[in-house]
Amino acid sequence: MSAALRVERLGKRYKHYARARHRLLEWLSAGRLVRHTAAWVLRGVSFEVARGEGVAIVGANGAGKSTLLHLIAGVTQPSEGRVEVAGRVAALELGLGFHPEFTGRQNAFAAGELLGLRAADVARLLPEIEAFAEIGAAIDDPVRTYSSGMQVRLAFAVATAVRPEILIVDEVLAVGDAYFQAKCMARIRRFRDEGTTLLFVSHDPTAVRRLCDRALLLDRGLLVRQGPAGEVLDYYNALIARLTSDYEIRQGRELAGEGGTTRSGSRDVQTAAVELLGSEGPQRAFPVGAPLRIRVSGAARRAVDALTVGFAIRDRLGVEVYGVNTHHLGAPALTLAAGEGFEAEFELPLAIGVGSYSLTIALHVGATHVEGNYDWWDEVTTFQVVPGSEPYFVGAAYLPTSVRFNGAQGAAAQAAGGEP
Amino acid sequence: MTPGMLRALWSYRGLVTGLVRRDLRVRSLRAAWGGAWLVIGPAIQIAIYTLVFSQVLVAKLPGVDDPLAYGFYLCAGILPWAFFTELVTRAQTLFLEYAPLLKAVRFPRSVLPAALLGTGVVNFVIPVAILLAVLLATGRWPGTVLLAAPPVLAVWAALALGLGILTGTLNVFFRDVGYAVGIALQFWFWLTPIVYPASIVPAPVRAALAWNPLTPLVAALQGIVVQGAWPAWETLLAPAGVALAAALLGWGAFLALSADLVDEL
Repeated sequence: MSAALRVERLGKRYKHYARARHRLLEWLSAGRLVRHTAAWVLRGVSFEVARGEGVAIVGANGAGKSTLLHLIAGVTQPSEGRVEVAGRVAALELGLGFHPEFTGRQNAFAAGELLGLRAADVARLLPEIEAFAEIGAAIDDPVRTYSSGMQVRLAFAVATAVRPEILIVDEVLAVGDAYFQAKCMARIRRFRDEGTTLLFVSHDPTAVRRLCDRALLLDRGLLVRQGPAGEVLDYYNALIARLTSDYEIRQGRELAGEGGTTRSGSRDVQTAAVELLGSEGPQRAFPVGAPLRIRVSGAARRAVDALTVGFAIRDRLGVEVYGVNTHHLGAPALTLAAGEGFEAEFELPLAIGVGSYSLTIALHVGATHVEGNYDWWDEVTTFQVVPGSEPYFVGAAYLPTSVRFNGAQGAAAQAAGGEP
Repeated sequence: MTPGMLRALWSYRGLVTGLVRRDLRVRSLRAAWGGAWLVIGPAIQIAIYTLVFSQVLVAKLPGVDDPLAYGFYLCAGILPWAFFTELVTRAQTLFLEYAPLLKAVRFPRSVLPAALLGTGVVNFVIPVAILLAVLLATGRWPGTVLLAAPPVLAVWAALALGLGILTGTLNVFFRDVGYAVGIALQFWFWLTPIVYPASIVPAPVRAALAWNPLTPLVAALQGIVVQGAWPAWETLLAPAGVALAAALLGWGAFLALSADLVDEL
């Protein structure tokens, strides 16, 4: 099995600056000042695709599918990890830089040249492109007069005029009519039979099952599952069904006036800010086992004499994974005057499984919140735990494991040695 | 540029010429005489400079007897200046304009600056050809000294492209750069002896003009066209150094920021 595509620990981080000036500050300080918030849209994704294999990428909107395809196509650069591609990649995207004022023919040349074909090649392939696109005399009309379906036909015909080593199809086919879709499917199938590797993004389960052997499921930037296409699709559908029911529960709660996130307490002391810090400052995604610092700060509105600060980490289903407070950690309770502030910083290794988690912060009196609750805040923030350098594992906890593993010869040899 | 990049650019030369052709064609879209306007505009411009200034305003170049000299002096400065500003100002919007392409297709990034240069050269060559025709028709053909123009113009273009790519890249992150460049170009135009000869300005101003890298370059071009004189090559060394520095800086910034650039579009 020769790999056509190898993706290793791929991650993409987008920097967000509240103001353009902030970027200038960062540049001028040569990176000493950090004024952006980083959002990981993809993190720790690793997989391999064999030559001629068809792989579907499924996931909800915003799961990182398009980002992944862009990284593979080489359009955007990864923030970490790498992509190795063997052969010519053709990425099929709607429009493909068509200029609305030029004719279909002129745009076909431009698009062909963009894909690295020579004008002479396009000229030679043009009759075939025209035949496949089936837009007739419209080939000599400006593209602005085309319907979106006609544009896709032409774009697909140009992009697939030469069989690529790797074909990336990103939801474009949904635009065409059923007849053209079938035609495209047939062409993709033929390419696959001839050895083209396919990466396919679609919300159409039938198309996925027909074109792909395997599927990858992305969820909020993480590769959460991979396996036979049918299996992953079933899992994904179940997930969607659960999301729908979650949504319904939330809707119900909101209708009942409870709101999505819950916050309760007297607010005699109030949480003002909660920061999640990793090795590089504020972070929202942490590799398994990485140190997490939770910094909680706030202030008292009224004098209090026994403040305890606690936190709890919950998984995506709301199950408490871990929780502790300053009292149990042996830190004496704080006495605060009215208006006085406090800061608590917890540091812990995130030895928990890959997934999305939410954080609850509680300010209360003494050991437990039962004695008096100042500010109990569920889902203050969320974060992700992504695969790190540890071996692959499953489950909710990361228990660093060593192994001794040998065949029976050792025992057999011992037995044989003891015989004479 | 490394040899690898040059090779990549060469293998995508079809795309470069395609983009240039497309750029030129866009302007002739929905026009009955599309191609003709490319020629008519500059022809009228040159006619105004040579006829109006010599016949109507009777503007004379100090020290030159020829009544047409001032008109040709103007052309020798304004046509390259238009080339310069086109490269610099179009570079500001280059990446923004091609954002959909940059975000959808992978191709050597050097294709865009190359296409920018290509379009600029074509837009420059047309009026230059007209100017040369007028020079020939009025019996003022400069002769072999014209061979000195291409190296001078190469320095000129390198400076424009370097500054353009540097500011154009920064403009993606800070739009302030584009506005500032527009204003700076206006100052630069008047601080370069294009419409006036350097000899008529007061000495302190002339000393300031000497710091402008375009001054010796434009003087060389004006000398070639008006006097048929070979440039004083030693005066061009400093501008060539500045142009090289600008080109390296622009290219370096473009390479360093090209990954972030696509994320920002």
